[in-house]
Amino acid sequence: MRELVTMVVVLTVLSAFSGGLLSGLRNATAARIEVQQLKFVKGPAIKAILTGATNDPITDRFALKDGDIERKFFVGKFDDKANTVVLESFGKGYGGDIGLMVGVNIEEDKIVGVSVTTHSETPGLGATAKDDPGFAAQFKGLSLNETFKVTNDGGKINALSGATITSRAVCVAATGAGSVYQKLKPQLVEKLKEFNQ
Amino acid sequence: MAKTFTQEFTKGLWEEIAPFRLVLGLCPVLGVTTTVENGIGMGLATTFVLVFSNLLVASLRNIIPSKVRIACYIIIIATFVVVIELLMQAFTYPLFLKLGVFIPLIVVNCIVLGRAEAFASKNSISFSIADGLGIGIGFTLSLAALGAVRELIGANNLTLWTTPTSVIGLQEVFGANFEPFAFMVQAPGAFVCLGLMLCGMNLLGSK
Repeated sequence: MRELVTMVVVLTVLSAFSGGLLSGLRNATAARIEVQQLKFVKGPAIKAILTGATNDPITDRFALKDGDIERKFFVGKFDDKANTVVLESFGKGYGGDIGLMVGVNIEEDKIVGVSVTTHSETPGLGATAKDDPGFAAQFKGLSLNETFKVTNDGGKINALSGATITSRAVCVAATGAGSVYQKLKPQLVEKLKEFNQ
Repeated sequence: MAKTFTQEFTKGLWEEIAPFRLVLGLCPVLGVTTTVENGIGMGLATTFVLVFSNLLVASLRNIIPSKVRIACYIIIIATFVVVIELLMQAFTYPLFLKLGVFIPLIVVNCIVLGRAEAFASKNSISFSIADGLGIGIGFTLSLAALGAVRELIGANNLTLWTTPTSVIGLQEVFGANFEPFAFMVQAPGAFVCLGLMLCGMNLLGSK
C-alpha cells in the first residue's frame, strides 16, 4: 500500500512539475516564435500569394477581434488599391495542425492564392501539400464563400496521392478561412479603406 | 569503480562513443546527417537533453520508485525535449525547420534513456553530468563527422552554419567539375558510410 502511494505521488508530482514548466516556457517563448514564423515561414508564403503587390504585406497588417480570438490580416495593394487580404486558418492534419494562408480579393470574394505554412505531416506524403504548387493552385480563382471538399467527398479539389487526410485538412482550413472572412467582412472593408488613404 | 570526473567525461568521446561503439541512436544518425550543420544541430540538441535528464534522474534517484522508474525517466526526458524544441523555434527557426520531426524523436532516442537507466540512476549528480556531457559531445562529433563525409562526397559542399543572409562553410570543395555522388546523401548511403567508418575505427583500435 505504502509503495503504491509513493508511486502515485512521485508520478503526479513529476508530471505536474513538467506541465507547469512547459506551459510557462511556452508562454515565455510564444511572442518570439511568432516573430520567427513570420520571418521564415509565413512571410515567404504571404509574399508568394501576393506576387506583384506594390506594398509590403508584412508591415501592412492589422488584427481584428473575432469573439475571443484575435485574428491577423495582411494587406496586399495592387495598382495602388488595397483590395486583397491574407488570413491564416488551421485544419487538423495527420500529424497536428496545418496552417494555411489564404489570400482573398475583397471585391470579388475570390481566392487569389493559398499556401501551407506550418505543419507536421509525413515527409514525402502529406508534406508535399507545402511543396507541390499544383495542389495549392487548385484553390486559385474559387469563391471563398463555398465549402471546399476533396473529390472523394464530392468536392472539386484533387487530393494529394497518399495524403487524403492532409488534403482534407487543407480543405477544412480553407473553409474555415471562408467563414471567418464572411463574419468579419464588414470590418475588413472598413479597415482596407484606411490603407487606401 | 573509482573513476574521476574527467574519466567519466572522456569515455564518451572515444571509448564509448555512442553511434560507433554502441551502435545506438541510429535514427537521427542516419536521418539527419546529410549536412554537417544538421549533424551539429541535432547533436547539440541531444546533448542538452542528455545533460539535463541525467542531472534530474541522478538527483531524484533515491526518490523514484523502481517499479515506475522508466515512466519517470520518460516524463523527464520528454519535458526537456519539448524545452529544446521551443527554444529552437524561438532562436534557431531555420535549423528547426530542417531537423523537423527528428527533434521530438529525441524522446525515444535510446542513448538518452540508456544513460538515464544505466548510468544516472546509479551515480552521483556530478558524475552524471560529466557522463551526459561526454556522451552528448561524442554523439555530436560522430554526427558531424558522418555529416561531413556524406556532404563532401554527396553534395561537394561543407556547410558549418547557415545564417539568414549567408552560409558559413565551403562550397564546391573538390572544384566545379566534381560530379556529386548523390547516393551518399540518401538513406542507403548513410548505412554504407556508417559501416565504413565503424570499420575504420575498429581497425585503428585493433592495433
